[in-house]
Amino acid sequence: MLLGRTASSLFWMARYMERAENMARLIEVSYRISLMPKPFRAHQEDWRSTVISAHCEATFDAKYDTASQENVIQHLVLDRNNPSSIRSCMERARNNGRAVRTALSRDIWESLNSTWNDLSVLKSNQLGSDKLPGFLDWIKQRSMLFRGATLGTALRQDSFHFSQLGAFIERADNTARILDVKYHILLPRGAGPGSAIDVQQWASLLRSVSAHRAYRWAYRDASYQPWNVAQFLMLNPAMPRSLIFCYDWIDRSLTDLEKEYNESMPGHVRARKTLERLSSANMEDIFQSGLHEFLSDFIDDNNILTSEIAASYNFP
Amino acid sequence: MGENFNEMLEADGSVRAPYALLHKWLEKQTPGDLRAKIKEAESIFRRLGITFAVYGTEEASERLIPFDIIPRIFAASEWRRLEAGIAQRVGALNAFIDDIYHRQEIVRAGKVPADLILQNEAYLPQMAGHSPARNVYAHIIGTDIVRVGADEFYVLEDNCRTPSGVSYMLEDREAMMFLFPDLFAKHRVAPIEHYPELLRQTLDSVAPPQCEGEPTCVVLTPGIYNSAFFEHAFLADEMGVQLVTGDDLFIDDGWLYMRTTREPVRVDVIYRRIDDDFLDPLTFNPASTLGVPGIFDIYRAGRVTIVNAPGAGIADDKAIYSFMPGIVEFYTGDKPILNNVPTWRCSEKDDLSYVLDHLEELVVKEVHGSGGYGMLVGPTSSKKEVATFREVLKKRPSNYIAQPTLALSSCPTFVKSGVAPRHVDLRPFALCGDKMRITPGGFTRVAMKEGSLVVNSSQGGGTKDTWVLED
Repeated sequence: MLLGRTASSLFWMARYMERAENMARLIEVSYRISLMPKPFRAHQEDWRSTVISAHCEATFDAKYDTASQENVIQHLVLDRNNPSSIRSCMERARNNGRAVRTALSRDIWESLNSTWNDLSVLKSNQLGSDKLPGFLDWIKQRSMLFRGATLGTALRQDSFHFSQLGAFIERADNTARILDVKYHILLPRGAGPGSAIDVQQWASLLRSVSAHRAYRWAYRDASYQPWNVAQFLMLNPAMPRSLIFCYDWIDRSLTDLEKEYNESMPGHVRARKTLERLSSANMEDIFQSGLHEFLSDFIDDNNILTSEIAASYNFP
Repeated sequence: MGENFNEMLEADGSVRAPYALLHKWLEKQTPGDLRAKIKEAESIFRRLGITFAVYGTEEASERLIPFDIIPRIFAASEWRRLEAGIAQRVGALNAFIDDIYHRQEIVRAGKVPADLILQNEAYLPQMAGHSPARNVYAHIIGTDIVRVGADEFYVLEDNCRTPSGVSYMLEDREAMMFLFPDLFAKHRVAPIEHYPELLRQTLDSVAPPQCEGEPTCVVLTPGIYNSAFFEHAFLADEMGVQLVTGDDLFIDDGWLYMRTTREPVRVDVIYRRIDDDFLDPLTFNPASTLGVPGIFDIYRAGRVTIVNAPGAGIADDKAIYSFMPGIVEFYTGDKPILNNVPTWRCSEKDDLSYVLDHLEELVVKEVHGSGGYGMLVGPTSSKKEVATFREVLKKRPSNYIAQPTLALSSCPTFVKSGVAPRHVDLRPFALCGDKMRITPGGFTRVAMKEGSLVVNSSQGGGTKDTWVLED
């Protein structure tokens, strides 16, 4: 038996943890670009686009006038007033976990709690730009430890499935958003190799989902092809951050819940439709009918799925 | 009351029997060894999240309760006497509450003044005439006991509402077994880890009469920002029952349910860790969002058991405390085994003038306070503090009681300067359901500051593992 509130907390615990990790990756990539020689970042507002990719424009603009490196990092890493900052995500993940400790294995709880104990005492003046890469790496490791503890110690029952739904709905949202913010660089522009700047942008995009090496193994082209990059992050079922992979996982979690509870719910129909759409799609058609439109619909559907799950399983 | 009683060492320096092995072991430890063990213990507690929130600080921060790694030890014979005393007292407290909410024989007999009951904030008129399952009201009781001599124990306070600390008792033991397995191998320490099972059995045994089949029990918490949240989660987890907040519960057609991911599940027994006032906005504080609207009505209808019962606090009221010897005798027919501390009621004129004349040597407490807030410890307070308190006391004398400063016993404790005696008290836990279940030992609190008598964790007190040796 699982309380609706417990299910909700498990869902959000995993979701915030995933969000913290994604945020760390995003900042990591922007920071990398900021270290590159000028021509590669001349005609773009890197840090501004980071704020947009992180979906934090509203909170950022309320506080800052310029998207300087310092301001953006400040806002996305330790700002308590930004609900999506790494600090806020970790705090929410931990508070959700704390509220449902009885539903967590000791290993899962300790991974959450130790992370928060260390992070909560960190001051912004301790996070100079020389410390930033190490810090972001640490955040990713803590998230991976949490994931490992979950996969390695959680009983495969409803409580586990709710945490997986939270994690993969967040991951799908994150991949779709990053693609949508950068979709213009992925649009086909006729034949010929991309410029050095294009290539660098594609590489950054892949890096922000930890996929630049994997891309090499999956696609044997010597340079990046934008439609391959898009294909990889949307439709390649082997890529663990692709939309189709996330929806395959979501569908499986919902199927397992359905088996355990012996009843189906409306959200599952939606999730399955999304999965089918991704399975039968090819990039050519998607580009034809509009990449941006496709991604917008996907993000909307993904949000509706969250509300449907919340309603079906009595989240408070 | 003379010299403080040292639980390890006699006045002549010889070692008391229960501490014989520990004393030898302690002599072999260097401060460095012990310091390393403390560090290890703290990192375990911090990682597990065994913290409590401190109210009134700038931020509601989470802190560790200082843990002392030197155990406190009772001989089996010492414990047997304490246990008998606690059982007697707990039995009397439940009989007293039952009587207060029914015929009030004790008032008719003139042993307790009617005003003290009827005008007491802890008395709930809504409980009058209600008989809960097995006529038990205070199911979980923490009896605060201090020792002043080899055979001299006093009950400082009975906690009949929602006594906390049991999770520290259990986790301190876990930590000690992890840190010092060799010490346990040398001693025969009575186990305590079955407390959660005993608690579960107690809750099951007081299921309401209308419950059919296996009762469903839950722990009701105010939430993660409550100072004792860790304990609430810990007990629910150890008992294998749900930890719920008020909004997980609802009433439908006269029964209590919890909201789950599937069908609602009926709840039979609530171990609540929220105060009476917050239980039911329809019956008590209408502003409360922590409780369940309408729960009191179905409680009265015998469809759910609330543990401890609403209104049980009348028995641990500090104004009632001074009547306890008479109460024990009235219901058990025997003299109390455990002493009461002599108490002056500031509501009474003669008592008040005595207290005002002797403030420097007395402990003055709020009748309804808890946790060491708003009290005066005369001997350790400055002249200025005493003077300020005198004015406070004069304004609302009936709000206070006073007691002599007891020479609390001390136990060896590891502090900055090494191993030194520090004052301690003891809170054993008694469970009352189909029968009485008392866990050997309890929660020892220690004042970490030299000479200090204030052991409350909110005031910097620490904890110790408490051992009862088996014969």
